[in-house]
Amino acid sequence: MATLSTFDVLALRREFPILQQQVNGKPLAFLDSGASSQKPRCVIEALDDYYRRYNANVHRGVYKLSEEATFAYERARGKVARFIGASSKREVIFTRNTTEAINLVAYAWGGANIRAGDRILLTMMEHHSNIVPWQMLAQRTGATLDYIGIDAEGRLCLDDLEQKLTPGVKLLAVTQQSNVLGTINPVALLAERAHAVGAKILIDGAQSVPHMPVDVRALGCDFLAFSGHKMCGPTGIGVLWARREILEAMPPFLGGGSMIEVVDLESSTYAGVPARFEAGTPAIGEAIALGEACDFLAGIGMDSIFQHEQELLGHALDRLASVEGLHIIGPHTTEQRGAALSFTLEGVHPHDVAAILDGEGVAVRAGHHCTQPLHRFYDVPATTRASFYIYNTAEEVDRLAAGLEKARKLFQ
Amino acid sequence: MDDMYREQILEHSKHPHNFGTLEEPSVSREEFNPLCGDRVRMDLQITDGVITDVRFSGRGCAISQASASLLTDELRGMKVEDAKVYRKEDLLELIGIPLAKNPVRLKCALLSLKALKAGLYGVGHIHDDDEEE
Ligand SMILES: Cc1ncc(COP(=O)(O)O)c(C=O)c1O
Repeated sequence: MATLSTFDVLALRREFPILQQQVNGKPLAFLDSGASSQKPRCVIEALDDYYRRYNANVHRGVYKLSEEATFAYERARGKVARFIGASSKREVIFTRNTTEAINLVAYAWGGANIRAGDRILLTMMEHHSNIVPWQMLAQRTGATLDYIGIDAEGRLCLDDLEQKLTPGVKLLAVTQQSNVLGTINPVALLAERAHAVGAKILIDGAQSVPHMPVDVRALGCDFLAFSGHKMCGPTGIGVLWARREILEAMPPFLGGGSMIEVVDLESSTYAGVPARFEAGTPAIGEAIALGEACDFLAGIGMDSIFQHEQELLGHALDRLASVEGLHIIGPHTTEQRGAALSFTLEGVHPHDVAAILDGEGVAVRAGHHCTQPLHRFYDVPATTRASFYIYNTAEEVDRLAAGLEKARKLFQ
Repeated sequence: MDDMYREQILEHSKHPHNFGTLEEPSVSREEFNPLCGDRVRMDLQITDGVITDVRFSGRGCAISQASASLLTDELRGMKVEDAKVYRKEDLLELIGIPLAKNPVRLKCALLSLKALKAGLYGVGHIHDDDEEE
């Protein structure tokens, strides 16, 4: 069994109340953090504390509770900004999730900057969240979409990139880590290339921000979108980060309260950033709890988290290689690869694999994981995915492998 | 879980009955499960208001394949009028595994029935709500 030396995973697990339970009479091995992670006590308590002690709307009241809520909400913005290396907390916009963050860019920035004939470049490994908003923008504007291809191992084809990333491309939207393949894309390099042809770059950080150090200034990107719920935070809160100059020049997304300066009967003037992009009452408690999640992850250290997951991934790649008829979709080594492992098992449908694993207390996901084009590329309707996080252990990887052996035998 | 993979389900999924397509079906309908990308196609031969032959094809999990296999056995010789009102409860009883609290797998189990109904009623789209509750 691999030894996981980077940090005390058993102590860490105790911080996650949900992991203390049994499922189908077996201890829960939660291997679906790629879909949504579990929450540590401190995050649950932050939510609870807000609702119990100082629940009030933000930016509106002059009374004590509202001031306290506003202070905590804005402090959370600062924590998020620090967590991703933003130069100013004004660059952090709270959204519902990654999907809403990307749609915000597609409507507000896209509406103002994309014209008929412009090109938007994506990749073959994008989540539907980073495809459909651009298709809708292209339909509204007459822009066209193009996709950078991938090779059999699931790496971006850099030759294809050179071919397609040419003047006329206005935006490159790419995931930093594939939620299916685990592939980590060289986004700093992509940012440089995009800028060289005058394009902006949006990074889908849904699968990277929770798992590795991400510094927006070091990456040199223009937009970064991610979700709180995949990084130990609550659902209902996500983030769009964008460079200040871009935000300042962007028209609003949704109209309503909080995003205005002066409202007349015919028209209004809009607030500055980030308020201009946060119409209506935000998810206050959730934002505060996300700030807490950032502190929690930073306290462990994103380098240590990445290292821990690399060790789990290495162990999983070894163990799964010995399961007969199992085919991994994505890179077969840990190099530039995160800990999301998708695979097919000959003769057993992914739903059946997941149901059999569930019987062993092992929670994995089966389906197309919101990446139909990618699954079509590999010519499989669905895969099973195990995805690992800070609280997973080598022993859980072993239980995954044992469950897969069981599934294979059952369907022999 | 072990409840789910009873001998009957495994048997039908490994060796499905009536698997394939018909040359010139009176009714042919494919339905798709957007959650997992699975599809089931039902081909029916209808003579004088009676289903005289039936085949299914497609790909899916053991539950969806076994369910389609069991359903096709039922349908052969059935009046179209009866097939139109064939109840999901009856199919679930045939399948014989507890799926009531498992909405995701329920969709798998009822995919073939959805294709049957959509085919017989000739409608564009049977709303998913019909199968949930
Ligand atoms: C790569 C990637 N992008 C976007 C999303 C969408 O995230 P959300 O559903 O939180 O908006 C996900 C999560 O499913 C993802 O894995």
